[in-house]
Amino acid sequence: MRITEWKEKVESHGCYDAVSEMLERIEKSKLNGYITVCKDDALKMAEKYDRGELKGRLAGIPVAVKDNISTKGILTTCASKMLSDYKPVFDAHVVERLKAEGAIIIGKANMDEFAMGTTTETSYYGVVRNPYDLDRVAGGSSGGSAAVVAADEAVLSLGSDTGGSIRCPASFCGIYGLKPTYGLVSRYGLIPYANSLEQIGPMADSIDDLALLLEVIAGKDRRDSTNSGKEFKFVPEDRKLKVGVIAEMGGNEDVMKRFSEAVEVIKEKHEVKEVSMPSFKYALAAYYIIAMSEASSNLARYDGVRYGYALEKLDSWRRYFSKVRAEGFGDEVKRRIMLGSYALSAGYYGKYYLKAQKVRTLVIRDFKKAFEEYDILISPTMPSLPFKIGELADPLTMYKADVNTVPINLAGLPALSVPIGFERGLPVGLQVIGNYFSENTLLNLGKWLGERLQS
Amino acid sequence: MVSIEDVYHTAELAKIEITEEQAKKFRKEFEKIIDYFNILDEAEEDVEPTFHVLPITNVFREDVEGEYLSQEEALSNAKHKEEGYFKGPRVVE
Repeated sequence: MRITEWKEKVESHGCYDAVSEMLERIEKSKLNGYITVCKDDALKMAEKYDRGELKGRLAGIPVAVKDNISTKGILTTCASKMLSDYKPVFDAHVVERLKAEGAIIIGKANMDEFAMGTTTETSYYGVVRNPYDLDRVAGGSSGGSAAVVAADEAVLSLGSDTGGSIRCPASFCGIYGLKPTYGLVSRYGLIPYANSLEQIGPMADSIDDLALLLEVIAGKDRRDSTNSGKEFKFVPEDRKLKVGVIAEMGGNEDVMKRFSEAVEVIKEKHEVKEVSMPSFKYALAAYYIIAMSEASSNLARYDGVRYGYALEKLDSWRRYFSKVRAEGFGDEVKRRIMLGSYALSAGYYGKYYLKAQKVRTLVIRDFKKAFEEYDILISPTMPSLPFKIGELADPLTMYKADVNTVPINLAGLPALSVPIGFERGLPVGLQVIGNYFSENTLLNLGKWLGERLQS
Repeated sequence: MVSIEDVYHTAELAKIEITEEQAKKFRKEFEKIIDYFNILDEAEEDVEPTFHVLPITNVFREDVEGEYLSQEEALSNAKHKEEGYFKGPRVVE
């Protein structure tokens, strides 16, 4: 649902009724998109809106927030048993911004545990189902954020993207999702998985809505020392672009059919050529090594002392920590922490971690070279249609599904997933990648393409 | 090759207790994953590593007192606490 449609509903029925109707839909939903629904608070805010007391650019608009983004006094579980009763004592920067603009936080969206996954199947709270086929996944890790927007259980949502976690579910659920340039949106209050890779980003049913949400959350915040301080403003742009189709990023037959059609449409207005990025061959391995290494360090904080899952009885520290972590973490989280510990351990640091950071340099070099010639690069967002639940049981097979999305995070670039139609009744997404802080160009191309394909 | 000892050693480094059954399962999975990671051996070696993508260094703030959590807030998510302090496990074994 677009903001314009929501506003029509609010105008005719009042915000309270519109929100009540949405809450009923959520209650009946089979998608499992939410971990926590903020029913009472949402209704109170709606009443406030109806009294004319809620002001701002997002006044009265229901927004879902991924459950790894801190919300003061509201459960923030990261879809983990480890944080199943954790209530943050502060709001994330992006949540402060939402509140300041009058948004209604309707609930906390389901996700892969600690954002580690591509299908939301690693959630302690169960898989998020695809709105177009309940036997298939909504994608991950921001699966809930995507599914609830696609199913009108929220108007907008926030996700986080470490290696494709906004773009993958956006593609699988047929909505727009943006991973902003590293440093455009403050990560203050985002519970960390792999700090050097991740960004919070907007998800929506239209580019105008997505752009508005990005305008609200982008900008200066000194509590995140990697914050660029840059603001974002969406301005119309209409120029002929040089578009590179990345040769190394493909997809299966179903995906390529839709993708090729979209490329033909882009050619009507823009100049399109194929571009090769030789370093991408190593990008997936480098990404996972870096992400796991950072995870092993980040998740060391969960020791059952200051917050999170704890045992009844304190024991000796070794036994206590090891037991808390054994009981509190799911298998995929354990896998990544352990592999990260392995990659950083004596004797392997140079072979894995350092080498991966060198590959990162190679990936950045390929992108830099490409952007000397092209304004925009494109690829299919995901190499296949949404998976059947249980289809990716083997971890390495699951990691390989991220092949088209991870190079962007290694380089810190912005990338947008645009819905380009359906194949076998399932959505397909096209990934638009831009140079640093070129979100405006990305969104303009996304808007034009989305509207052109729907006309 | 990943041995079962490697798995136990890594679990100890990560402070995660694992069962024998888990260790066997992880060993198989890790071997496949690490084998895949070895593709990096082919990549060009002679470049500087990138640890961070943005050219931002030494971000400092003024040394003035800011907002901070109250003791009560800081302790609000802890299960084990005593007299306004966190209570941790024994560190001397």
